Amino acid sequence: MTPTGFVSQLLQLVVALALAPLLVGWVNQCRAWLQNKRAPPLALPYRTIHKLFSKDAVVAENASPLCRLTPYVVFGAMCCAAAIVPSLATDLPFAQAADAIALVGLFALARVFIALAAMDIGTAFGTMGARREMFVGFLAEPALLMVLFTASLISGSTSLPTIVETLAHREFAIYPSLAFAGVAFTMVSLAENARIPVDNPSTHLELTMIHEAMLLEYSARHLALIEWASALKLFNYSCIGLALFLPAGIAEAGDWPGIVVAAPILVAKLVAGGFALALIETLSAKMRIFRAPEFLGTAFMLAVLAMLVNLLLGS
Amino acid sequence: MSPLSLCLAAILAWLAIGSIGLAVPHRLKFISRVLFPLGAGVGFALAIVALAALRDPASALVLPLGLPDLPFHTRLDALGAFFLAILGLAGAAISLFSAGYFRSSEGTPPGLICFEYHVFLAAMAAVLVADDAYFFMVAWEAMALASYFLVTTEHRIPEIRRAGFLYLLIAHVGAIAILLCFGVLQGGTGDYTFEGMRAANLAGAWPSAAFFLALFGFGAKAGLLPLHVWLPEAHPAAPSPVSALMSGVMLKTAIYGLLRVCFDLLDGQQWWWGVIALSLGLVTALYGVVFAAAQTDMKRLLAYSSIENIGILVAGIGLALLYSAYAKPLLAAIALTAVLYHALNHAFFKSLLFLATGSVLHSTRERSLGKLGGLIHRMPWVAALALVGALASAGLPPLNGFVSEWLLLQAFLFTPTLPQSFVNMLVPLAAAALALAAAIAAYVMVKFYGVIFLGQPREPNLAHAHDAGRHERIALAALAVGCVLLGIFPATVIGVLEPVTVMLAGTPAITEGSGNWLLLAPISGDRASYSPLIVLVVIVVVVLATIGIVHRLWHGRVRRAPPWDCGYPLQTPRMQDTAEGFGQPIRQVFEPFFRVERELPTPFDAAPRYSVKIGDRLWHALYLPIARGAEFAARIVGLLQQGRISVYLTYSFITLLALLFFVR
Repeated sequence: MTPTGFVSQLLQLVVALALAPLLVGWVNQCRAWLQNKRAPPLALPYRTIHKLFSKDAVVAENASPLCRLTPYVVFGAMCCAAAIVPSLATDLPFAQAADAIALVGLFALARVFIALAAMDIGTAFGTMGARREMFVGFLAEPALLMVLFTASLISGSTSLPTIVETLAHREFAIYPSLAFAGVAFTMVSLAENARIPVDNPSTHLELTMIHEAMLLEYSARHLALIEWASALKLFNYSCIGLALFLPAGIAEAGDWPGIVVAAPILVAKLVAGGFALALIETLSAKMRIFRAPEFLGTAFMLAVLAMLVNLLLGS
Repeated sequence: MSPLSLCLAAILAWLAIGSIGLAVPHRLKFISRVLFPLGAGVGFALAIVALAALRDPASALVLPLGLPDLPFHTRLDALGAFFLAILGLAGAAISLFSAGYFRSSEGTPPGLICFEYHVFLAAMAAVLVADDAYFFMVAWEAMALASYFLVTTEHRIPEIRRAGFLYLLIAHVGAIAILLCFGVLQGGTGDYTFEGMRAANLAGAWPSAAFFLALFGFGAKAGLLPLHVWLPEAHPAAPSPVSALMSGVMLKTAIYGLLRVCFDLLDGQQWWWGVIALSLGLVTALYGVVFAAAQTDMKRLLAYSSIENIGILVAGIGLALLYSAYAKPLLAAIALTAVLYHALNHAFFKSLLFLATGSVLHSTRERSLGKLGGLIHRMPWVAALALVGALASAGLPPLNGFVSEWLLLQAFLFTPTLPQSFVNMLVPLAAAALALAAAIAAYVMVKFYGVIFLGQPREPNLAHAHDAGRHERIALAALAVGCVLLGIFPATVIGVLEPVTVMLAGTPAITEGSGNWLLLAPISGDRASYSPLIVLVVIVVVVLATIGIVHRLWHGRVRRAPPWDCGYPLQTPRMQDTAEGFGQPIRQVFEPFFRVERELPTPFDAAPRYSVKIGDRLWHALYLPIARGAEFAARIVGLLQQGRISVYLTYSFITLLALLFFVR
């Protein structure tokens, strides 16, 4: 591990941790604008996190240690994922420790823990949320894996830095396989990040909740960590999407000026991506939960199609 | 002493322990405190001998047993040694657990259980060292019979006898196919030693016939579709350590047999064998995992999950066959490494889970998921150790289940180099099916663990549940530690597996210079690499640092309060998801897989009842017609039986006449 690699690794993790709540704030702001509402301040997620950390944690009487450990494990898994995804630079020594498949595994680890914690207290909404989360997850996870497989078939590698470097250095053209994969990836990201049309992050109607229903029993620092981890998850997904489908601007190994340039480019891409997410959320309506399999099944089929197109056409 | 004779000594030791148990059938304390731990020690010693022998050249020994002209040939090579190591390690932990498990009951007396159990272990070991068809079949049948008697331990219950019969029936149908397979393999030479079979030159369609017979015969033992029906019946019927042994180890002997026939005894593999094994394996995997999600009995759920894992193993074997048919030994070696690794992993985590259900069963007397819940408070040890098993079984990093899935997916991703475009198209689809099965496996494990151990207790008597005893805890902990170690040191484990892959595929899976003990990199670091230890360390460091920072910068105050649940005041355990409820989404999505019989109440029912029965379509579409056909044929043949001597004499007379007419 080179010192520059280590520094850029650490830098990227810090950037991810710092920017993730801002991205959530930005999406909320855009959505409010688009829906003709007064927007909350951009920095609201930071203030919420700080406020939650200051409060006393209230834990249900029959909660087991698993319930209290889960927020930390989920946060740890998301930090680990943030260290693998090449958001600023591809010079990531840690990326060797986990490739694209392991990245999907890390997301699954977080999901399983949060679902188990939701079942821990034994409330009606908690178990319902856990069931629905696993339901969405079992359809979304293979679709995400297929998207990543398409990219790794193109680059002949499952290591994310190699994938991104290969994709960034192809001549500019529209590749049919990547187009399919891009649509599939967008659909999966919406589902995985509890966004409309699969879930609604700002819902207050218990029966329609998925992600929020699992967090009902969490408060204070536990809730703060989970919210932060969710923000990191959104950030990670956005960065994977940007790295796969808009890789221009990501710095290469040891390219210090590149990293300096990469940061504003990343911010600009995230601003555009966040706006697009808010637009999608505004333009679509939430589906019934049993329409979700059709939605995610479509994503899965598109991703598999992307892989077949890639094999057939070689592009 | 050579490793082979040490293995044979272990087999003898197990038989001796069993015989001592038979001599004192009712001295429970002696049997559980002395004999079972002794058996565990033998298993552990066997594992050490086998692991040490992995790198040795194969050694053979002819035993002066058996028929006058047919002595027993035995041989220890890398493949056998690896599976002996699985048997020894898992067997040791399961025997230790059994020491605390078996009590006096209505059924078989403990001494007899001890005898059957150790004969079962010895027979499995004998299968793995057998070097001729004769000894192999003797050991194979001994294994089937011993396990049959173990399954029917509670033989006073009719369902258990029925389950045992189904198991015995399918085991024997499979055994016939294996026997025929050996008959084909000897190629008319009449030499039934494996050495002779390797030398035999099969022409034309004979290798394919041998392959299909092996796939059928060993598939019946492993639970490959459509011969899987005995697993979900036999596992719930058997005592938990027996289920663990059957699922963790016995199914692996079938995988061993398949590998032995496909890669050692047969040569000239055809690519389409690989396609068939691959498709069959994936269909089995999906079928198993979808059914697992719908189960409400914890041991049935695990049985279906075993079917899924067997499907993954067979799919891996199919992939390896495909690669070796196209002469790509390196890729075949990666696929085979994934198969062997997964066999090892499955032995650990499935034994762990089955044993955990045994502890739950002991302390609650309840097998139905709908009557459990909240056991993490009453049984913290079992709950913590079962969590490791559940996470490993769900295929999550950094535990062991993930490593073998990772390797298998890597093996899938290398396919574009194959010459045939049809196969090139098929393999990504197979990877998609594998990914889907793995994702549903996580669903199943959340259901399994969440419904048993988390939430509120669903029945009042669960308040008296107690944690497992010392022997049980040590056994569970050993298996859990095994799951973690196998998960975080994959490069080391693959290094140990190397002689086996060299023997089967001709080349090690990991080329020199790519990766090290910390980093697993099958072809080169640029292509793919994975280091679970680093991932684990990073997660642990982040968790500890977060706890420290949060407590230092803010505070660590905790207040206990009743659950919030959106302010609903009345929270009964009945409001939690039941096992049926948790599996309902899967049931809805995969409706065509199931044969659902629903009984819905109307609004006017005085005593509304809701019942739903999930059946296996294959049972109705395949097994019942065969059973009806067999009964019909038996009735026709039965017409001959009149019970009067004059009628039988007439038969003899007619036969004689016919013989005179035809033979003359």
